[in-house]
Amino acid sequence: MTNLEKYNKAFMEALGITEDKLAGLEYNTIPEWDSVGHMQLIAAIEDAFDIMIDTDDIIDLSSYEKGKELIAKYEVEL
Amino acid sequence: MGTAHKSVVYKTNAADLTLFSKSFAALQKGMVIKMFFYRRLEQYGGRTALVSSDGAKLTYGELAASADEFSAAVSPRSLVFLLCRNCAETVVGYTACMRGEAAAAMLGAGIDGGLLDELLDSYRPSYIWLPAESRILADRECVYRYGDYKLIKTDYEKDYTINPDLKLLLTTSGSTGSPKFVRQTERNIQSNTESIVKYLEIREDDAAITTMPMNYTYGLSILNTHLFCGARMILCDYTLMDKQFWSLMKAQGATTFGGVPYIYEMLKKLHFERMDIPTLRYLTQAGGKLPPELADEFSEICRQKGMKFIIMYGQTEATARMSYRPWESAFSKSASIGIAIPGGTLELIDTEGNPITGPDTVGEMIYRGDNVTMGYAESRHDLIKGDENRGVLVTGDMAKRDADGYYYVVGRKKRFLKLFGNRVNLDEVEQLLRKQNIDCACGGRDDNMVIYITDEAFRTSVADYIDHHTAISHGGYKIKIIDKIPRSDSGKILYSELK
Repeated sequence: MTNLEKYNKAFMEALGITEDKLAGLEYNTIPEWDSVGHMQLIAAIEDAFDIMIDTDDIIDLSSYEKGKELIAKYEVEL
Repeated sequence: MGTAHKSVVYKTNAADLTLFSKSFAALQKGMVIKMFFYRRLEQYGGRTALVSSDGAKLTYGELAASADEFSAAVSPRSLVFLLCRNCAETVVGYTACMRGEAAAAMLGAGIDGGLLDELLDSYRPSYIWLPAESRILADRECVYRYGDYKLIKTDYEKDYTINPDLKLLLTTSGSTGSPKFVRQTERNIQSNTESIVKYLEIREDDAAITTMPMNYTYGLSILNTHLFCGARMILCDYTLMDKQFWSLMKAQGATTFGGVPYIYEMLKKLHFERMDIPTLRYLTQAGGKLPPELADEFSEICRQKGMKFIIMYGQTEATARMSYRPWESAFSKSASIGIAIPGGTLELIDTEGNPITGPDTVGEMIYRGDNVTMGYAESRHDLIKGDENRGVLVTGDMAKRDADGYYYVVGRKKRFLKLFGNRVNLDEVEQLLRKQNIDCACGGRDDNMVIYITDEAFRTSVADYIDHHTAISHGGYKIKIIDKIPRSDSGKILYSELK
């Protein structure tokens, strides 16, 4: 599985949504991605790449695209 | 000569003044018992009561004045629905009902339209206080405005009577929109607030930041206790996952916040132990049982940070709180809900209803105190009812007590779960789904409800219904497909066989 596939899978499984919803997806715009969903999403991304995301990055991860930028900091190349 | 005379006059005046102020203090002391604290907010005059998320401030004097304008627009002994957001407008509406003659029913501003319609039909409130942009009953007369809220006068026929003691209606399960409210009195609120202020040692210089809605009893008790003390409330609808929450907390110097278990899960995820917020003085936890490891972890984190961490237990039926674990016993009494709050008592009864006197024996927890509410209302016709509980609450929680008198909750008698702090009645969820013609059974554990259905084809419609017509969070449940719902010969669902 490529890293992008892993990243997408984390979103789809944590939020229970399909792949076609990912592009342009932002925090708090769908019922699935509320604060509880966010916590589950962070856990899923951390597990997928075996990383620990910093506090500032957790609260900065406000969209599908923003998350891609942020995890690059953790030496994950998408 | 003139000087000496003056001095005598002065001394006489001073003595009179001392005498006067002493008797005034005594009078005031006597009045504390009789006068509801919401009617005494003026005493804090120019102190800041509320800070909004944009930094705008409202003093106690301004809050009292606006609340009284609101009250003046409302006819006596009427029912007001308050659609709550964590904003100054909501507090003004609530304070008005507390100070004045109205009875308030608190609901979330995000309530599903269908559920609100049912509640309006069932209770026929005379007024509804809601965000100005709302289209609900928009064609009716607006009798008062404050900030971004408006007070709409409904035109329902008032075919019911409100009991003179009824002050506040709160839901027990905000998530499924049951029309059932808990009926609270002024005495309930006064008593529970005084007790909480006492054991948490809340001070005038405290500032609490909101983490829960005000239509939720725990969130409301934080507002009550801080206004009682002349402290500040920092109001926002941000969650812990929002950057603005943390910047507001720091900018306004919050000294405390409370959290249901999932808030502590979030704090853990956010590495709270690494955060540096020196103004924080104490944290509270309630609204469900914190997993023991997490409780211990936060006891330790707070100890290191020089903060108090107080675990509490309560129910809307007891206004808010029934027990607390003193912060000093965090390590010796891990996993305990502590002892009864000041002014209340806890005891355990066996299946025969007899009190359990020995330690470490499981029984149902019974609470007694002035904060035990009057009972439930299921429609407007119940608003006339008086006190049905008479100070005794059968909690439905199973617990044991250790030799030192500390209580430990071990289970529940009733079929409900706590999902992110909200009580969710499993039978109610089943009924809601059955109305959609879906055969189902609900089980699972706290923060993880399982909805069992037999037809894969309904998976999407079940999720869609729960997500859009209840306040249950998508992350709070999962759907499992099973061959058939296990039932006894008499048709009762056999929950023990669900897996």
